[in-house]
Amino acid sequence: MNVSKSLIFLCAVFVFGVFMPAEEAFGLSNTFQGKVFEQKDQKPRDSVLKVAVGDQAPDFELPNLSGTTTSLSEFRGKNVVISFVPAAWTPVCSDQWPGYNILEDLFVEFNAVLVGITVDNIPSLYAWTREMGGLWFPVLSDFWPHGETADRYGVLRSDGTAERAIFIIDGEGIIRYIDVHDINRRPPLETIVDQLKRMTSPDNAGRND
Amino acid sequence: MKRMRTSTVAVFLFALLVFYSRAGALDAAPPVGSQFPDVAITVPDSKEHRNYLGLKRGDSFKLFQVATDTVIVEVLSMYCPFCQAEAPAVNTLYSMIEGDPELRGKVKIIGIAAGNTKLERDMFVDKFDIPFPVFADGDFLFHKALGEVRTPYFFGVRIADGAATVFYSNLGAFDDPASFLSLILERSRSKNTEVSP
Repeated sequence: MNVSKSLIFLCAVFVFGVFMPAEEAFGLSNTFQGKVFEQKDQKPRDSVLKVAVGDQAPDFELPNLSGTTTSLSEFRGKNVVISFVPAAWTPVCSDQWPGYNILEDLFVEFNAVLVGITVDNIPSLYAWTREMGGLWFPVLSDFWPHGETADRYGVLRSDGTAERAIFIIDGEGIIRYIDVHDINRRPPLETIVDQLKRMTSPDNAGRND
Repeated sequence: MKRMRTSTVAVFLFALLVFYSRAGALDAAPPVGSQFPDVAITVPDSKEHRNYLGLKRGDSFKLFQVATDTVIVEVLSMYCPFCQAEAPAVNTLYSMIEGDPELRGKVKIIGIAAGNTKLERDMFVDKFDIPFPVFADGDFLFHKALGEVRTPYFFGVRIADGAATVFYSNLGAFDDPASFLSLILERSRSKNTEVSP
């Protein structure tokens, strides 16, 4: 390495070192310190949607933590917010559903139910949600056939995890909102609340956004 | 050849220095004895909260401008189960301070909602009926300045002579408000700021 090449490399190291994106502390709750698998940033999105706003939402029937199954169709008449998260025991996911855990009143206000789905198996989901102190909303396992529901919605990533995605479905089973979020970031609550407000507003109840 | 080796080694060492300094920037809360980060905080819209902090209407303020002797700063998040569980205890702490004529006005509490939008902050505040000001830090600016601490995290900060000096810095819930308040009062009176919690 000659001196000029060294200088170029030195500058590159400095610029990258100083301005590289810091590891964001989205998984910052002390609840999970030392218990989650720390990950570097991943490709923000790694799938292609198979549904669109205005489509009939694909129905599913998946195992829940009560030992039975839950289907989308059983919520007909209510607005349904589906929260896909990539995997149990990962940083951002472990700091997403606990926030929703204090918002039951908000969902009730909008005649909505929240459904959490991951591709993990039931024992893993049981242990993980217990660590959160339990959750008021159903948590479903899309483990086997692996990620089948996530794939039908087009949010199954190439590594077998799901995207961090929000689907909001109206009482008729029509998809009204989709946010396939950057997997490394937690979706702001505003995205859900604003959409539910629009859907429950008398002026906009029939519109797809 | 020798010059080439020397430059390569220098580059390698510099690279290590840069990366280790970056790594060290994470999880490095302001230590006891240091100045609390000089971050501009948005003045609350609520008149009640402005009065509590002794602030006039304006854009922003810094912690040393709070009209008090001691500020307890809680770094929290709506998404943090421990913060949710701790919220009633912090409210009790606030009530104990406000209910004590000797402490009222001299010890104040603020919350920094790390990574929370205003709506997320509002949801947390409403859910737990939090009486003290909680500031939304949606873009993690404050949180980064605080060393990206995990939550809940408590700082005790002494306000004097235009400075805000950290005298207590600790991760985790405190459980018993009375014991915590005693600890804060004891530490705030201590001149030895080098003692770690």
